[in-house]
Amino acid sequence: MIQYIIRRLMYSIPLLLGVNILTFFLFFVVNTPDDMARMQLGQKHVTEQAVSKWKIDHGYDLPLFINSGKDSFKTITETIFYQKSIKLFVFQFGISDSGRNIGADIKQRMWPSLAVALPALLIGLSVNILAALLMVLFRQSYLEFWGLVACVVIMSISALFYIIGGQFLFSKLLKLVPISGFGSGVDALKFLILPVVISVVSGLGSGGRWYRALFIEEVEKDYVVTARAKGLSETQVLFRHVLGNAMIPILTGVVVVLPLLFMGSLIMESFFSIPGLGSYTIDAINRQDFAIVRSMVFLGSVLYILGLLLTDICYTLVDPRVKLL
Amino acid sequence: MLNNPYPAKEDKQSILYSSFSERPKHLDPAVSYSSNEYAIIGQIYEPLLQYHYLKRPYQLVPLTAAKMPEITYLIEDQSGVLIKTHLEPEKVRFTDYMIEIKPGIRFQPHPALAKGKDYIYHNLQVEDVIDISTITDFEHSGTREVVAEDYVHQIKRLVHPKIHSPIAELMKEYIVGLEEFSKMAEIQDPVAFRGLNISGVEVIDKFHFRIRIYGKYPQFIFWLSMPFFSPMPWEADVFYGQDGLADKNISLDWFPIGSGAYMLSENNPNRQMVLSKNPYFHLERYPNSGEPGDFESGLLADAGKSLPFIDKVIYVLEKETIPYWNKFLQGYYDASGVASDSFDQAIQFMGDGKAALTPALQKKEIRLQTAVTTSISYLGFNMIDGVVGGRSDKARKLRQAISIIIDYEEYIAIFMNGRGVPAQGLLPPGIFGYESGVQGLNPYVYDWHDGYHRKSMDTAKRLLSEAGFKGGVDPSTQEALVLYLDTAASGPDDRARLNWYRKQFSKIGLQLVIRATDYNRFQQKIRSGNAQLFLWGWNADYPDPENFLFLLYGPHSKIKTGGENAANYQNAVYDRLFEEMRNLANGPVRLEKIHQLQEIIRYDAPWVLGFYPKSYSLIHKWYQNLKPNLMANNKLKYTRIDSDYRARQRQLWNKPLWWPMVLLIGVGAILLWPALVIYRRRKKAVINAR
Repeated sequence: MIQYIIRRLMYSIPLLLGVNILTFFLFFVVNTPDDMARMQLGQKHVTEQAVSKWKIDHGYDLPLFINSGKDSFKTITETIFYQKSIKLFVFQFGISDSGRNIGADIKQRMWPSLAVALPALLIGLSVNILAALLMVLFRQSYLEFWGLVACVVIMSISALFYIIGGQFLFSKLLKLVPISGFGSGVDALKFLILPVVISVVSGLGSGGRWYRALFIEEVEKDYVVTARAKGLSETQVLFRHVLGNAMIPILTGVVVVLPLLFMGSLIMESFFSIPGLGSYTIDAINRQDFAIVRSMVFLGSVLYILGLLLTDICYTLVDPRVKLL
Repeated sequence: MLNNPYPAKEDKQSILYSSFSERPKHLDPAVSYSSNEYAIIGQIYEPLLQYHYLKRPYQLVPLTAAKMPEITYLIEDQSGVLIKTHLEPEKVRFTDYMIEIKPGIRFQPHPALAKGKDYIYHNLQVEDVIDISTITDFEHSGTREVVAEDYVHQIKRLVHPKIHSPIAELMKEYIVGLEEFSKMAEIQDPVAFRGLNISGVEVIDKFHFRIRIYGKYPQFIFWLSMPFFSPMPWEADVFYGQDGLADKNISLDWFPIGSGAYMLSENNPNRQMVLSKNPYFHLERYPNSGEPGDFESGLLADAGKSLPFIDKVIYVLEKETIPYWNKFLQGYYDASGVASDSFDQAIQFMGDGKAALTPALQKKEIRLQTAVTTSISYLGFNMIDGVVGGRSDKARKLRQAISIIIDYEEYIAIFMNGRGVPAQGLLPPGIFGYESGVQGLNPYVYDWHDGYHRKSMDTAKRLLSEAGFKGGVDPSTQEALVLYLDTAASGPDDRARLNWYRKQFSKIGLQLVIRATDYNRFQQKIRSGNAQLFLWGWNADYPDPENFLFLLYGPHSKIKTGGENAANYQNAVYDRLFEEMRNLANGPVRLEKIHQLQEIIRYDAPWVLGFYPKSYSLIHKWYQNLKPNLMANNKLKYTRIDSDYRARQRQLWNKPLWWPMVLLIGVGAILLWPALVIYRRRKKAVINAR
């Protein structure tokens, strides 16, 4: 398995390089270094001298990919791409174009993102599984029918509606929780209740249906018939046997998103003023801060690759038949 | 109060709650130049002068200066010696600003100024800052008196190659020796930097210094009221320049060191920024006089009392307008603007067309303050364009016709909820030279009948016909004349606005093609002169007509010099009048020149003079001493919070409502019943089957 992990990690290097080249290319197709300088310098009294000074100071005066004016290695190394990208591979994100240390910002902002995303994932998962098992328990009854209708209704409504509706109902009308904000330590709890509840409710439709489909597939299998024949009650069959055997697809879906929880949610964090990473990339794109954009895209790619790797490893843990070679 | 977003212990404290939607990019006074940055640093840094809080028209008064600068004009005699003069501006070789600063002003407590035998934190090694994550983690702090050298140091910083001040190039044109100073090799070295001198900026003694500028530039005094000219201790650059601090986001750009009423005690732009009272703030008192009506409206109730009144200001990150608005209504923010999605909830228009608050807001004793901003929104013509540009009669008549057909009254009513005033000239209200009534009429677009009335469509059609485009038809193609409008407004919300513009042009048979793009591309087009018509605006730097009239000054042409004359308008008469006007003091002679300049612009119509936007602010009853002041950026020190009253109102407005939750749980429990029935029925069926 160690060999497999090393091989997968080696594969990730060209993958990350490719992602970097693509991000770099797309960003600079839309924004020239001149545009970036003007965005940072403001709108008034910006002269050509000021723009060129900014570019020199921030290392954007070099050619993008190839420096034909230099010899040997320097044709590659004396370029914006090389200078700005190579340090990412050792997780040195450097300083943003507006002068802040990106690594320090990421470290600070990932915890609030995690504070919302982790409970939302765990509670959401439990609620979805419970709802799905109940639908299976009451299958072919009107309860299942209405449960499915409810799921479709929940799925059909935009996440934004839940957020604004939730804020209106629980914060404005009932005045039970703050509308938005964030605190440190225990203080954060009152700010997290509503976003977590909204995440759970808005994800119930798709989650409930997805897990129901998994369980329905399982309940038709022979071992379930055997369990019933042994005289186990339907709840025992479902919660002990069906749930246990459906763990592989559940685990696959969960583990792959685990690393990405750090990246946060854009809309949720925006409406609840949660100072997480969700809006960090979008803010950077709006400010044309390439240093942050490339760092966040790189980090997202790394975490995704890590998620996939973890999933593979988890397969071996939950299913002894699977071997990683 | 379960929905209170703040700790309960803060309830009765004198704290002002405000917000920011995007973190300020810079807090270094040499770099900051946008309003969201000024909202913070305006309270921290103290330039030499400030705008009187209450008096109108806007009036500069000393802040850290002991008195207004002594201005001396200098010419060279035949032997090249400089002598004082009162001659014509064009003969003035230099102007000297002799500045005296008040003694006893001290910087806020800061580790850069902490001293034992020597400076404690001026020799830090990387390992010394491992456990430091913010400026308050330094154990010691110190202060010292502000001296003339601190102002001179800040002027030097404006051209430091690492600092990127937006006014560096502009100031090099004016301050004697700044250009040469910026080219000195040693400027890169932070230690040598202090010892270098600008030939035109001289420290006379501890409390006096002199700035020499080229020629005569009366508007220079307005720059002295901006944070660019705040004192900066050299120790700050030495301290922040040490290795390891920038990696922790500890820099002058994030942790200011000023002498103002407040200091930034917490700067977490990812969550909140906190201003606390500067314990070393010098004595400054609330103004004793204002303009008529200020006394009656209670604005002089605190006259003569020492400032500031509020202990702390907390700026919370709030990215969306809906939560902000709801928190304002719950009393958790002290003031609010009026976003378009909450406009109908807040404002209603009375029979006389005046804006008033809705009954719901009146019940909460919220106040509405409106003010016409010192800015202008306009549609510009590129004067080097072959169709709409140039000063021929035909092109001018085409522009005049277009000026008539764009009905900005309708635009303001539809898209701005009435928050704007159609422009009759370049100068908005509050700027010297602005005139209301028939004196301020633009006779080429409006008629006067007890008010401004836009000229008829027939007039526009006649002008269009005289321009050679009868019925809007281009004789060279025998089809509708096609014009191109460039704009940076490319979002989905802007589509209706742009369609509206298209509709205006079609009134007289012209076809408008919209070329919406992002702001970078838009600027590029303007810089290269590739736009034909464009939408843009200008926000005043300072309350002087020069700051608007220079937008059409020939030598500032965008395409030739990269200046602010985006229309590339060239008119020798206008340029000469402008040069005369800019050097005059406000008075009848200057007013007459402004009349002439405005007349030229109205006649030549290089812009369709759009509108002056109007700002609406909503203020809770407990937030006092607020008067709209569009120029001052250090207003917080004058304001006051009645925190006891606020706490009572918050209690009253935010009592939690539990019964709907109980009802919800009850309904849930009832819904469980059929599930239980089915479950039992099925279980019984299984048992029976066995």
